[in-house]
Amino acid sequence: MEPFIKHTGMVAPMDRVNVDTDQMVPKQFLKLLTRQGYGRVLFYDWRYTAGEKPNPDFVLNQPRYKGASIIVARANFGCGSSREHAPWAILDYGFHAILAPSYADIFYNNCFKNGILPVTLSNEQIDEIFKRVEKEPGYSLTVDLENNVVTDNHGLRYEFEIDPFRRDCLLRGLDDIGLTLVHETKISSFEAKGHKHPKLHSPVDVKFHSDTPHAAHHN
Amino acid sequence: MGPAPPTDWNRISARKVPDKMAAGRTLYEKIWDAHVVHEEPGQPSLIYIDRHLIHEGTSPQALAGLKAANRKVRRPELTFAAMDHSVSTKNRLLPVVDEDARNQFEALAKNCEEHGVHLFDMHSKNQGIVHVIGPELGITQPGQTIVCGDSHTSTHGAFGALAFGIGTSEIEHVLATQCLSQFKSKTMNVEFQGKRPHGVTSKDMILAVIGKIGIAGGTGYVFEYTGEAVRGLSMEARMTMCNMSIEGGARAGMVAPDDTTFTYMEGRPFVPRGKEFEEAVAYWRSLATDKDAKYDSTLTIHSGELAPMVTWGTNPGMVTQVTDKVPDPQSFNDPVDRAAASRALEYMDLKPGTKIEDIALDRVFIGSCTNSRLEDLRAAAKVVAGHHVAKSLKQALVVPGSRAVKAEAEAEGLDQIFRDAGFEWRDAGCSMCIGMNDDVLLSGERSASTSNRNFEGRQGKGSRTHLVSPVMAAAAALEGHFVDIRKIKDLEGAE
Repeated sequence: MEPFIKHTGMVAPMDRVNVDTDQMVPKQFLKLLTRQGYGRVLFYDWRYTAGEKPNPDFVLNQPRYKGASIIVARANFGCGSSREHAPWAILDYGFHAILAPSYADIFYNNCFKNGILPVTLSNEQIDEIFKRVEKEPGYSLTVDLENNVVTDNHGLRYEFEIDPFRRDCLLRGLDDIGLTLVHETKISSFEAKGHKHPKLHSPVDVKFHSDTPHAAHHN
Repeated sequence: MGPAPPTDWNRISARKVPDKMAAGRTLYEKIWDAHVVHEEPGQPSLIYIDRHLIHEGTSPQALAGLKAANRKVRRPELTFAAMDHSVSTKNRLLPVVDEDARNQFEALAKNCEEHGVHLFDMHSKNQGIVHVIGPELGITQPGQTIVCGDSHTSTHGAFGALAFGIGTSEIEHVLATQCLSQFKSKTMNVEFQGKRPHGVTSKDMILAVIGKIGIAGGTGYVFEYTGEAVRGLSMEARMTMCNMSIEGGARAGMVAPDDTTFTYMEGRPFVPRGKEFEEAVAYWRSLATDKDAKYDSTLTIHSGELAPMVTWGTNPGMVTQVTDKVPDPQSFNDPVDRAAASRALEYMDLKPGTKIEDIALDRVFIGSCTNSRLEDLRAAAKVVAGHHVAKSLKQALVVPGSRAVKAEAEAEGLDQIFRDAGFEWRDAGCSMCIGMNDDVLLSGERSASTSNRNFEGRQGKGSRTHLVSPVMAAAAALEGHFVDIRKIKDLEGAE
């Protein structure tokens, strides 16, 4: 994972509360087998009209937000489905940081796994950023994770709180699995203890695989 | 009870400093404590995972990542896979024409083969929605930690398990380590006092909760559902309730296991037998929240005030009682909520003040991990028996949650009741809840759906979804618009 230390970029507004992950990546794109290439379909149904023509009314299609790399959003951003395709699409589109008053739980976790920084600010601070974005074409912010602060060129300076462990992982671009495997001995001894949970009974009457093999996999 | 804005927190008595000196522990805390592999101050805890469920939609990238890092599945025997999201609910013997879906199925089959993971493929007689087959086969058990790359994993909490949805990176993490790094959640006691009224199902109970606290009201919490009305629910109904915990923003929802749980479990394929079962039950009984345990907050619902619920907007918190009207966005205090309600009504093509019962429907869907179990189908069949769906309806669809549910329903003749009433009877899968196969609404069409999400485009681009219980969906199919199920006679047992 790429570390996130400090990012400066143009801000695009997403002025809707409860933006869910179904909107970020609609279901028809959940059938792909890769982690890459979802930027093209980010906010697909809002972004395109029939025949994949850009919808001029959608905010990210406005020329003034071309090249934006920070999203300012409303409360409960990323609610709904657990699909990690949502942060993949956000990152692939070119966004590196999100500013919002709150996030849905699973989406918030998923951002950290992908080097995206979701910054939590107060409603008033978010309102102020929306105003500044509206007022000044090309409005940019700097999100500085080393100093836990968001700044602009006009004196705005908002400090933010973030869990120190998550912050450290982002700053160093740490691999979660690698971190866990440091505790291999503990995992093994936990398993060896055989904690209280009843074993799985081995059923004889359960069918895992095809009753009618090979029927569906032909062209 | 009108629609309440998400900021309606005054109903929740938050206890800022929980009295941790108290000896008692909650159900959640007991399961958590039993699964800590490693912890140190200032860091998330490493939690052991007892059951990992995977499906074709969110797992391929995780397995590819595992392979790229030259890692193995640590405990393949604790990992169970199912094909559910993209499967056809029509004839499975026909070739899969959707190339992307076929690639997903092939990738899952190949991955399971390679790593020795149990797979319920689309031709297995036990295939079904992963959240239906886990409990039905006894893979899901009280006291376990259960994860799946699917937000509705909260369903399994009905058994007194800690079950929650995870992203693909976390799937890879669990495959490689059988553990997850987790911060401890806060606990909320969602207490239903008194008895559940006639015509009110657990679907209505959970929709009422979400309507009260909003779809972010549970963020950071694990819900434990308690109280007389919850104790009176069947396992199927408890699953419906826990299933939608995530729609209230909660990480998980749980119900302490009791005799209803143990009776449901005994004899299921993966559940231990004989003396082992008795020992298991003794342990499972000990999981219930201690009398002197403290929750971080409590939400009290007076069950007697509950009624059948119908969503009117584009998230499950935009919900009201069937006898109510579509709300006026101007009635919301917060400008952001007002804008969201306006936008929702525009998308849903609804006018403020319209009676819910006057909303006409195009399609009705009975299915999904929320409401597709045998009890749901029995209840809906009871409503439609001897009647016919309205002529104005384009389609009425019943999709059993699993092939086992389908077989049991057919043995009882439910399929014939539905067919005679003009419903289509399908094979098992996620189907029109998410529309990854060809069961979708066309743009502008309106459905009554027993599923869990009414987001924009959820059932197809431009689709308009109203969430209801199975009996409400069945009654709506007969009339072509919503009706108050409580007005329908002869409903004894159909709820």
